[in-house]
Amino acid sequence: MNAQRSLNFRAALLSVLMLLVVLGIWYVATASSTAANSTAGMTAEQIEYAKMMGKDPGSAKSTGFPTLGQMGTTIWGHLSDPFFDRGPNDKGIAIQLGYSLGRVGLGFLLAMLVAIPLGFVIGMSPLMRKAFDPFIQVLKPISPLAWMPLALYTIKDSSASGIFVIFICSIWPMLVNTAFGVAAVKREWLNVARTLEVNPLRTAFQVILPAAAPTILTGMRISMGIAWLVIVAAEMLVGGTGIGYFVWNEWNNLSLPNVIFAIGVIGVVGMLLDLLFGQIQKMVTYVE
Amino acid sequence: MTPYFDPYNADRPLMLKCSCGKDHTVAEHQQEMSAASATAELKRRSLTSEFEAYSNAFIEATLVKALFPQDEVRRRFLRAVGKGTAMAAIGSVLPMASLQAMAQDKNALEKTKLKIGFIPITCATPLIMAHPLGFYSKQGLDVAVTKTAGWALIRDKMINKEYDATHFLSPMPLAISMGLGSNPTPMNVATIQNVNGQAITLALKHKNNRDPKNWTGFKFAVPFEYSMHNFLLRYYLAEAGINPDTDVQIRVVPPAEMVANLKAGNLDGFLGPDPFNQRAVYEEAGFIHVLTKDLWNGHPCCAFGSSTEFIQKNPNTFAALYRAVLTAAAMARQPGNRELIAKVIAPAQYLNQPEAVLTQVLTGKFADGLGKIQNVPDRADFDPIPWQSMAVWMLTQMQRWGYVKGEVNYKQIAEKVFLLTDAKKRMKELDQKVPEGAYPKFKIMGKEFDADKAAAYAKSFAISKAA
Repeated sequence: MNAQRSLNFRAALLSVLMLLVVLGIWYVATASSTAANSTAGMTAEQIEYAKMMGKDPGSAKSTGFPTLGQMGTTIWGHLSDPFFDRGPNDKGIAIQLGYSLGRVGLGFLLAMLVAIPLGFVIGMSPLMRKAFDPFIQVLKPISPLAWMPLALYTIKDSSASGIFVIFICSIWPMLVNTAFGVAAVKREWLNVARTLEVNPLRTAFQVILPAAAPTILTGMRISMGIAWLVIVAAEMLVGGTGIGYFVWNEWNNLSLPNVIFAIGVIGVVGMLLDLLFGQIQKMVTYVE
Repeated sequence: MTPYFDPYNADRPLMLKCSCGKDHTVAEHQQEMSAASATAELKRRSLTSEFEAYSNAFIEATLVKALFPQDEVRRRFLRAVGKGTAMAAIGSVLPMASLQAMAQDKNALEKTKLKIGFIPITCATPLIMAHPLGFYSKQGLDVAVTKTAGWALIRDKMINKEYDATHFLSPMPLAISMGLGSNPTPMNVATIQNVNGQAITLALKHKNNRDPKNWTGFKFAVPFEYSMHNFLLRYYLAEAGINPDTDVQIRVVPPAEMVANLKAGNLDGFLGPDPFNQRAVYEEAGFIHVLTKDLWNGHPCCAFGSSTEFIQKNPNTFAALYRAVLTAAAMARQPGNRELIAKVIAPAQYLNQPEAVLTQVLTGKFADGLGKIQNVPDRADFDPIPWQSMAVWMLTQMQRWGYVKGEVNYKQIAEKVFLLTDAKKRMKELDQKVPEGAYPKFKIMGKEFDADKAAAYAKSFAISKAA
């Protein structure tokens, strides 16, 4: 136990150290760009020209990669007021995240409603498995965003198209894992159920589902990871709201600090989602 | 005393941050306040009776001018039929009376909650500024102006009816109506949003290579295929003997990426919308080689329009919308307002660009990226008249570069898409004398364009794909 704790402590220390090294490199790499401009020896026109180029005498323009200080201001600026709402084109980071999570949640839920029952059917019946297999094999490797133009064209609604793209990308890992989990349930358990004349529905819910749950959840975890990857790209394409739109909007302004901030937020939220599914997975896993 | 802190004032708390309570510096506070006060000042200006009279006259003149592009014809016509008939004819298309009465009679609107799309570029200025200045709400409209991620999406959202009206590239309604790159859906251009306002920007490394004859192998970017940007760039290159299809690469790239790619050296230049030309200068990525104003002074770029279906179903709403946008255009045309407008449209919810860049674009006093300050007051202008001859020119270029194959009935398409020609049809129905020659001639790079000889014009180029 003690050894474990010391290992954890040392690992944490190492993590912090790595972070500091990265920040240090960042600091050094961007330090030179903050030199203030001086007006010595410039004509009036040159001074005005410099101003037009955003180089006010005495101040420093933020060109290129942001410094740590600028990054800090940006992060604090967003986090201190995450819920502002200035019309349809300018909302706080928390509101944007809310939209993205909402879309992911809805698309994911729809995918679950389709994938898990279908996975059960495929897992329980070898005939269905063989019949569905070619379709799954063809549809699974299609990049979710490739569906976007088709979705926009047929659904004729951009936010519904975003949800559809989440749906279509979440469905495959869940479907395949559910089918695998269901197919891998021990024969003896099914035979016992059959001997006791348990009806098929009860078998599905009380025997197969608990047995396959860890595998199903693994599929859901993978799906959620993909969905979170895809929503950002989808929102960059479709625009309107969401964290992907935020990235696009700030990129349109060539504002690197905001883009970097958004990248960080996307990473942290993705990690939290993964942790959440990890916890649920732990809850349904049992040791024989 | 500095404006930063107030340590000896007994009535105020001494906070070591901005006294408004928000966590930003005083300078930032002043900047934010200046955007708000610029809006207030412009609003105040728009409420004066002088401006009201001006904008009314502006709108009327716009309508009349669109109907009678040639002054002589207009005068002859007015002498022949009188003012009343002329007004009735225009009114049959765009209800002038309801335009005027809209402020009082709000019940007539078929739809009040509207969604309008825009791309964050200065071309959309009138459309955008009508929102913070309250021009839409003054017409009884509750408009959400929605920033959109790209032109293809604008097209899709218009076809899907997610947007009621939108900011277009002026060739787009032609292309969509003809079914180029989409299902044919009838669209209309109600007004041109802006004229001029683009430029050819080159990467700094080409500072000493300004002659287009030497540009073989260059990589260029334009924002959309069916855009004035694409047509003008192709025209400019071809005039210099460069075949835009084989000698250079022209890619469709979103404007923000144009600047980044220019910086990275992936692009040699672009013909893009402002503020991105100026932004490229500001980012020290490129210089302004030539303003498109110098290729064709007064060329149209972006437009405001909607689907024919929406206009037919909601004529009064559309008239109100039209009036709001034209009022904004009237305001934007006045050079004295430009600096304030830059402040109003700079914040994140509109263009999301540095105010310094927008000011240079709108006032026409700008750094060219080569160390000089240029002064071109009409670098960007807002002349809302949708001349049909402009549409015909766009069609000849679509034909020239192979976007349209075979014979094109130029005038029929132009009159169907660029609004206000319906007036002529109605006048014919009413047995009135229809003005002739509604197609003013233009000069593009010194060569005159006459819409009456469009077919010959389309075939007159040495470099062309037209058969």
